[in-house]
Amino acid sequence: MESVVFIFSLIDCCALIFLSVYFIITLSDLECDYINARSCCSKLNKWVVPEVIGHAVVTVLMLISLHWFIFLLNLPVATWNIYRYIMVPSGNMGVFDPTEIHNRGQLKSHMKEAMIKLGFHLLCFFMYLYRLVSKIV
Amino acid sequence: MAQPAGHRAQQPCTNGPVQNQLMHPSDGQGYSPSVPGLYSPQMPAKVPPHQPFGQYNYSGTQNVSQLNNYQGPGQTLNRPPVAPFPGSPVQPAGPVPQVLPPTLQNSAAVSSAAGFPPGASAAALSNWQYGQAPASQPAGSPASHVAHVAGTGSAQPPTLTGNTNPPGSHQYPASPGGPPLQNSYMKPGSVPPPVSQPLTPLHPVRPPLGPPPVGGPPLIRPSTMVAGPPHTQTLLNSAANREGDAAPAASDGSVVQNSYDAIEGGGLVGTPHPSPAAPNLKMNRSVGYSYPTLPPGYQNTSPPGAPGMQPSALQYPDGAKHFHQPALGTNHLTAPMAGLSLQQEGLRPVNLLQERNILPTTLLKAPVPNLHEDIQKLNCNPELFRCTLTNIPQTQALLNKAKLPLGLLLHPFKDLSQLPVVTSSTIVRCRSCRTYINPFVSFLDQRRWKCNLCYRVNDVPEEFMYNPVTRVYGEPHKRPEVQNATIEFMAPSEYMLRPPQPPVYLFVFDVSHNAIETGYLNTVCQTLLDNLDLLPGNTRTKIGFITFDSTIHFYSLQEGLSQPQMLIVSDIEDVFIPMPENLLVNLNENKELIQDLLKTLPQMFTKSLETQSALGPALQAAFKLMSPTGGRISVFQTQLPSVGMGALKSREEPNQRATAKDIHLTPSTDFYKKLALDCSGQQVAVDLFLLSGQYSDLASLGCISRYSAGSVYYYQSYHHKHNPIQVEKLQKELKRYLTRKIGFEAVMRIRCTKGLSIHTFHGNFFVRSTDLLSLPNVNPDAGYAVQMSVEDSLTDMQVVSFQSALLYTSSKGERRIRVHTMCLPVVTALSDVYLGADVQAITGLLANMAVDRSVSATLSDARDALVNAVIDSLSAYRSSVLSIQQPGLMAPYSLRLFPLYVLALLKQKAFQTGTNTRLDERIFTMCQVKNQPLVYLMLMTHPSLYRVDNLTDEGALNINDRTIPQPPILQLSVEKLSRDGAYLMDAGSVMFLWIGKNCGQSFITQVLGVPNYGSVPQNMTHLPELETAESIRTITFISWLREQRPFFPILYVVKDDSPLKSSFLQNMIEDRTESALSYYEFLLHIQQQVNK
Repeated sequence: MESVVFIFSLIDCCALIFLSVYFIITLSDLECDYINARSCCSKLNKWVVPEVIGHAVVTVLMLISLHWFIFLLNLPVATWNIYRYIMVPSGNMGVFDPTEIHNRGQLKSHMKEAMIKLGFHLLCFFMYLYRLVSKIV
Repeated sequence: MAQPAGHRAQQPCTNGPVQNQLMHPSDGQGYSPSVPGLYSPQMPAKVPPHQPFGQYNYSGTQNVSQLNNYQGPGQTLNRPPVAPFPGSPVQPAGPVPQVLPPTLQNSAAVSSAAGFPPGASAAALSNWQYGQAPASQPAGSPASHVAHVAGTGSAQPPTLTGNTNPPGSHQYPASPGGPPLQNSYMKPGSVPPPVSQPLTPLHPVRPPLGPPPVGGPPLIRPSTMVAGPPHTQTLLNSAANREGDAAPAASDGSVVQNSYDAIEGGGLVGTPHPSPAAPNLKMNRSVGYSYPTLPPGYQNTSPPGAPGMQPSALQYPDGAKHFHQPALGTNHLTAPMAGLSLQQEGLRPVNLLQERNILPTTLLKAPVPNLHEDIQKLNCNPELFRCTLTNIPQTQALLNKAKLPLGLLLHPFKDLSQLPVVTSSTIVRCRSCRTYINPFVSFLDQRRWKCNLCYRVNDVPEEFMYNPVTRVYGEPHKRPEVQNATIEFMAPSEYMLRPPQPPVYLFVFDVSHNAIETGYLNTVCQTLLDNLDLLPGNTRTKIGFITFDSTIHFYSLQEGLSQPQMLIVSDIEDVFIPMPENLLVNLNENKELIQDLLKTLPQMFTKSLETQSALGPALQAAFKLMSPTGGRISVFQTQLPSVGMGALKSREEPNQRATAKDIHLTPSTDFYKKLALDCSGQQVAVDLFLLSGQYSDLASLGCISRYSAGSVYYYQSYHHKHNPIQVEKLQKELKRYLTRKIGFEAVMRIRCTKGLSIHTFHGNFFVRSTDLLSLPNVNPDAGYAVQMSVEDSLTDMQVVSFQSALLYTSSKGERRIRVHTMCLPVVTALSDVYLGADVQAITGLLANMAVDRSVSATLSDARDALVNAVIDSLSAYRSSVLSIQQPGLMAPYSLRLFPLYVLALLKQKAFQTGTNTRLDERIFTMCQVKNQPLVYLMLMTHPSLYRVDNLTDEGALNINDRTIPQPPILQLSVEKLSRDGAYLMDAGSVMFLWIGKNCGQSFITQVLGVPNYGSVPQNMTHLPELETAESIRTITFISWLREQRPFFPILYVVKDDSPLKSSFLQNMIEDRTESALSYYEFLLHIQQQVNK
């Protein structure tokens, strides 16, 4: 049972890693002027909800399977994702707003956030992998 | 207003630069005389008669300059008048490095120093003339001289006034150009000493400039060099002794050139170490001779020689701040002198609690950057391009320490009376950063130039070698592109993604019951009818109309129809265009039908009972109609949109107005923003006219204009009968709106020197990529602001440059690029940063930031941030700059008005609390903060108060035979009001004429045209045109104030018992209101925080 949980978590985590990389690539494309703000933001906003869900699922799964440590590790990031999504002002076009993204260093902070998440997910990935291997062996 | 620039532009197209006349004369003056002059100094003993060798003379110049330097401060005095013609002196530099490379300690330095003046000075001349009245230009070379002298004169009131007058008058007419002109000139007077210092540092940037001219001639004729061995020696001296001084020397040389007398005197000068006094005298006199306008008084000042510095300082207290630049300077002789008196003046801390009368009696001018005068003369007009800190801090740490925002305020498309236009097949730009060539680049030699933004070395293209202005080959540094900080290029086809679009105007009218009630349609249609022929455009101009209530009505204006045909689309969920081809029609070919429509339109809906408004679908339809071409949509809306996409709900809760919490400044839907971005992508701009009695959620509606680079107009409680004064306002502003210049499918890019980066943009546009602003339409009344940070420290840089390039399609279908370049010095000391602070620009930028803050956080956050900005900067000043801790609230002289302006911002409609400001009104003011150029923003924030019951012609301006009185500006405090006076408050978009109870009978009868105070009508908004001198003066003054701005300020006559008295008193910034502090209380509050 436990191994199933971790296999699922691993897959989910991979997806989140890819998503983070995708965010980073798209944002850096914007930074380098390869795409314009409008298309960049509409691309990214599409993936904000899947990211929130993907991460929430793992977190809940950990809670259900009573992995307290991993649950607590994931909780802050999941909370932040949800908070960020809820707090989008009514006039904005999503977490990434093309009219704001070049202002007040938003692009940089988005980039930084994506980097941190990438690191976090990599950490989780190896943790899940370790737990899975130790379980199986 | 818009047209003149365009027209002028047209002529020049053929040959390129407009400046022809200008440049020619100035060059001629500067250069030809210089030849002889230079020559003689060069080889005084040997070849005095030999004047023909123009080239040789240059080296002579060098000598002269050298001399000057030695003489030190006294000498500098001479320079100011002379300086403008350094052009030729540049060349000396060339020979120096080449002839004596080994001996030179730093050949580069020398050349650079020498090199500076040439390009710069000549350019400067022409450049500044633009600002002046056109009249002065045709005059040719003499004119330019005169003008210049005049400038100097005006700067030095004591000595020069007498002579100055004639030229001075030239300057005034050009209202915008005038003031800056004076500034720049003022500076020359005072600047010389510091100037020398900045110059040397400039090497990296500009040094090459010298060489090109130099390099050419000297090389060609080495023999001459040989001819004058003594001269080479002197050269050596100069080079070795002072690299730093070389630059000033050059400018001195220019002086010499100007006057023939000097040439003879030059013999004296030629010797390496003449007695300082003698040459001085000579120089002065010569100058005086050649320019009769120079008053004798001027000469008097110079003789003192070394001590001369001080007098100059005294004379120009204003200019004083420019002097202070120890960090930059290498010139040890002059620097300390300059420092003593001048530095103190600029840096003199002001105890705000004690000095009550700090408000200047004239409009505050932008500070002049502390640059070499020759560069400064080339610099961009501060009305177009302004930086909050005219001394750029070298590192981000220094900037953080100063606690002042760093940013630019731009007014790039301002109507200009003089604008050089260049037509050329290749536009010279840096190959790596794409910067346009500008006056602040440096020429390494004739074939290469170094970009001043990224420092890449670029080749000078072949075409650029030929100067169309002087018709000389091989002078790339004299091309108009390198002589003007503001220039317009005709763009070749590479700058077009598609053929230039025709001007397309679409008008969208709200015709619901509510709209018809207000009666606006009559006014708008009538104004449109009157101005149909004045719409900017050409034979391709297209026009169309849409009206809407709960359905959308299109008007087919097909040729051959006897009358316009209305097509109604009632499906507002999925809007479609019923007949794509005849809805937008050519204005000229269908004029009759269009006029017909405009005449009938107001009557068509008079019986309409439809109260719904489908603004969203109407905008979608308009967008669909416009998207193939791009253009301008003008929307007139009178109520909250209620059906279809983009319907809004009322969010204003009147009882919450007073609290700063929970007011809805953010848009409630992203519909308008998305649509605006779609529009922006298709080069469509939407201008919104909101004429509404009730709440219409401007916060949401405004997005449609904000992100499509449109503009917002708001007429609160517009009604044709109940509010007739608004009708006049709408008429006047609509006329300006319809007839002003317009640029289509524009983009603007703002570049700055490597190390600086822009991180936030303010204004109406969409930031398409990091530094590219997408402006579907650009109009001359829009201002923009950007915030910057110092990413990499600017070590080794003496100056930084900023360039804005606006690429647009004119209404004539030409693709044009308007380029502005500004150059500012870099400083390392905190005190210098404060010295160069531009308090108006800082206030403007802070206002923009505060708007952002109140939208993203809350209004009270924004207010706190404003107050903190003052506290932080003043306490930083107190702790880091002031060595002696004095009691009181000390502020640097440059920031003495900072607390006052911030207090004014706090009391402005956008940020005030505690009064019944309507939400829409507040948001409209915020839109204005974001979109107005700085001049108007300052006026709206801190109105000007004049006493007008005793206007005299003393100090009046004369424009076109009109005498415009210039009363002093008073502080905004009731204590300045006297019951027996009448006062005019000019608050930008509104004016109040306050009549005191015991106001002189003569004013009441002769200006207001009523028998006594009691019979002044309650809601008087016009002054009768009477035949009395008082009436004429008052009316010309008011209309002169009105003419200067693109909107129409309503004039309210306010008596003691008027309902408007509270609005008038609200603008008394320095007084206490029920919810806001008085100025003095505010200062005490700040002092408390600062001294903590």
